[in-house]
Amino acid sequence: MNAGMEADLTRQSAAVLAGAIAAGDVSAEEVAQAHLDRITAVDERVHAFLEVTADAALESARSVDRRRAAGDRLGPLAGVPIAVKDVLTMKGVPTTCGSRVLEGWRPPYDSTVVERLRAADMVILGKTNMDEFAMGSSTEHSAYGPSHNPWDLERIPGGSGGGSAAAIASFEAPLAIGTDTGGSIRQPAAVTGTVGVKPTYGGVSRYGLVALASSLDQAGPCARSVLDTALLHAAIAGHDPRDSTSIDAPVPDVVAAAQRADVRGLRVGLVRELGGEGYQAGVSQRFAEAVELLEALGAEVVEVSCPHFEYALGAYYLILPSEASSNLARFDGMRYGLRVGDDGSRSVEEVMSLTRDAGFGAEVKRRIMIGTYALSSGYYDAYYGQAQKVRTLITRDFAAAFEQADVLISPTAPTTAFKIGEKVDDPIAMYLNDIATIPVNLAGNAAMSLPIGLAPEDGLPVGLQIMAPPMADDRLYLVGGAIEAALSDRWGHLLIEEVPSL
Amino acid sequence: MSIDARITDEYAEAVAEFEPVIGLETHVELGTNSKMFCSCSTTFGGEPNTHVCPVCLGLPGSMPVVNRVAVESTIRMGLALNCSIASWCRFARKNYFYPDMPKDYQVSQYDEPLCFDGYLDVMVDTDEGPRPYRVEIERVHMEEDTGKLTHTGGATGRIHGADYSLVDYNRAGIPLIEIVTKPVPGTGSLAPEVAKAYVTELRNLMRALGVSDVRMEEGSLRCDVNVSLNLPGAEWGTRSETKNVNSLRSVERAVRSEIIRQAEVLRSGGRIVQETRHFHEDTGRSTSGRSKEQAEDYRYFPEPDLLPVAPSLEWIEELRGTLPELPALKRARLQAEWGISEQELQTIVNGGALEIVEATIADGVEPAAARKWWTGELMRVANEREVELADLPVTPAQIRRVEALVADGSLNDKLARQVFEGVINGEGDVDAVIAGRGLAVVSDDSALLAAIDAALAEQPDVAEKIKGGKVAAAGAIVGAVMKATRGQADAGKVRTLLLERLGVAE
Repeated sequence: MNAGMEADLTRQSAAVLAGAIAAGDVSAEEVAQAHLDRITAVDERVHAFLEVTADAALESARSVDRRRAAGDRLGPLAGVPIAVKDVLTMKGVPTTCGSRVLEGWRPPYDSTVVERLRAADMVILGKTNMDEFAMGSSTEHSAYGPSHNPWDLERIPGGSGGGSAAAIASFEAPLAIGTDTGGSIRQPAAVTGTVGVKPTYGGVSRYGLVALASSLDQAGPCARSVLDTALLHAAIAGHDPRDSTSIDAPVPDVVAAAQRADVRGLRVGLVRELGGEGYQAGVSQRFAEAVELLEALGAEVVEVSCPHFEYALGAYYLILPSEASSNLARFDGMRYGLRVGDDGSRSVEEVMSLTRDAGFGAEVKRRIMIGTYALSSGYYDAYYGQAQKVRTLITRDFAAAFEQADVLISPTAPTTAFKIGEKVDDPIAMYLNDIATIPVNLAGNAAMSLPIGLAPEDGLPVGLQIMAPPMADDRLYLVGGAIEAALSDRWGHLLIEEVPSL
Repeated sequence: MSIDARITDEYAEAVAEFEPVIGLETHVELGTNSKMFCSCSTTFGGEPNTHVCPVCLGLPGSMPVVNRVAVESTIRMGLALNCSIASWCRFARKNYFYPDMPKDYQVSQYDEPLCFDGYLDVMVDTDEGPRPYRVEIERVHMEEDTGKLTHTGGATGRIHGADYSLVDYNRAGIPLIEIVTKPVPGTGSLAPEVAKAYVTELRNLMRALGVSDVRMEEGSLRCDVNVSLNLPGAEWGTRSETKNVNSLRSVERAVRSEIIRQAEVLRSGGRIVQETRHFHEDTGRSTSGRSKEQAEDYRYFPEPDLLPVAPSLEWIEELRGTLPELPALKRARLQAEWGISEQELQTIVNGGALEIVEATIADGVEPAAARKWWTGELMRVANEREVELADLPVTPAQIRRVEALVADGSLNDKLARQVFEGVINGEGDVDAVIAGRGLAVVSDDSALLAAIDAALAEQPDVAEKIKGGKVAAAGAIVGAVMKATRGQADAGKVRTLLLERLGVAE
């Protein structure tokens, strides 16, 4: 290893690692090995990974090294390790979605996101833990046990993508892929002091993303810095003919925006309905400071109102379960994954029923039942139909707010990381964690969470949510980059540097 | 009394008392090269589970992409059925658990069909001649087919009681269109014929459009037949839905047997249950399936993985421009061109002879002659041998040759029939059969005169009558001459020679 590289490769940003690998200062194999060693050292306690594909990772790292040596043109993130949420298919590698029902299933195909990571010559370390089928805000609903927050191992790393957030917060990987249906990228980012972006719906292909709620799901980048997040965003975004809902338009230049990191003259809208009561004092305090910071950086802060946001949670918990009840029907034990009770004495219906009873956890069953009810004949208009109307109203609220502001802001989550076990038996308390993130999924626009400090009362990270209009994802990076730069100047480092060593 | 006769009697009694209302839902596999939502092949008969991919297997994470050709075919079919085309419509998920469904939901269309409010005119034979019926079309929509289950072991051939069941997903995702009629009242005793004529016309239409080749033997057209009965003047009755009706003949039989069944129930004071029934080809009867009163709730909702289908007016007009001459218009044109009656045309159509007659006329044969041969002698032979008319080894050129020989007096009708018999038996082409069988009209006058003299000598009384002016009696002598020459004489010529011989004018 050449001079100039810090001894611990796992502490480096993706941008730095990519530059060092490209320059030949370090080999991709060394970088991969360092991260695999880190996983071996800490993942027993963090439990970010469900599957570590060490051999494949080292092999692809060596391939990058060989091709670099041969003078091949490689992608901007070539050789950089990445972790992938276990909800995206990866050929030949177990994909469980955190569920028993998919135990043993090895997909015969790569998701488009994984395909793009490979095309970018990135090194996939493995699959990360998540709430079962992405239903949850803590990873406690994973059938394989919860992940732990590196800031305090007794606390949740957020969810559903807690594994991806914990992996980057514990320096097991510099980058990770998450998916966000109601906040599953942003809330984990907020509670782990990392950065996460939910791109515009249709900005990143859903092909190979095992669907929770098709009209809400969106894959996106997770990283420790805004620039790294942008680099990963650029690598995975863009039209995919295999996903009909994917947008056939140029991807906004998020990397340039992250580098420009300038809010001067930008109108920033403070969403009146997302804050105040129900928000932890330290969260509100850090948020207020972030608003002051934006003003100090030259942004014009205005207050906007989105009156229908108060119905968002209710609408979301009808639309999501409805779509999920249909999407999860295929897990019936007939073709792949778990099969229970097939002893020759039972009918096909009984085997389906026993399999689903044994294969799904309580939260999944709860939502399947809610969704089945909401879609049933005679109730459809009152529930699903009504929720879709609310969705339209929320989209209009956003459209009106974006006439007054270029971006909107709010705290990402109402609280910092709570203790494992604290809310697992109280679904409503758990659902309320996503109160600020859900409207964006309903409207389909883009949003980021980035760390803005630690709450004074518990010393845990607080996240700021930035929301942009559809296909204006670059604005997230413009604002996020500016805030991150200012705070790093103030602190002398990124917030994540303050995470306790494991 | 034979079974057929009994059914006929029971049916006559049923429709004498009750008025049927029928409705048809027809599923047809479109003839696209690839499946509805993926690029897998639609070729029939591959090794099980070889025409599959993550999409049509419904693997977790896979997503559908609409086949543009399937949408085009559906719009063209809608236009041919005089439908309105939706400017914006969505696919919907129909949710139910069954092992032939890879995703445990079927992507279909629900309350937003691509085509709606059309009609199809059909012609039905009655004792008073052909009669037109207009069958109104409720909707035409797209959906994906399911996989195919084969149940092994067990008595019923159904999934319950089977030792095991095998699933072939090659069929899963094949594009289907479903064509649903509005209720068709007012057909009276002709309900079965109207149903059959409708499905036949639908088949002709799809073939003419090239959207499907409708191979019924491969199960590419499947019908559900709805029937209800009511007393004259009363409200429509409760309907049953008979599934598994998979041939033209079965459509007619299913309607007829359901009318008989419902009439029996009603007459004995029973009540018709709204239910699904399964038709059995072998017995021609149906058995009760599940009752609609405990029907499944399919929990339809718009398919979130697909964008709405929003055909532009320009696209619709472009597709309208690709419609070929539709069967009904074509038949009207041919009827006028050939100068034949509606009844005669109907005989040609019902006999499946339209195309071959058209080809024969195009080959230069007079319309009357072409029609006469194909719907007469050749149809008789086809029926006798139980083959399709088109499958007889007779070509338009052979008909043209025979007609030419008849016109110049070398053949007469009887001989011509023998020529075709030879051709069909594989004795060679027309001239080869004539040579081989020694078929030629005896045109040597002296030979004919000798035969005439012999016949006159045998029937002197007839000869006297003719001489006495009763020309009509000439037939007996002509017949005798034809018999003596084993039919190889031209009857007209014999008659002329006979009258000359006797010095009698016509």
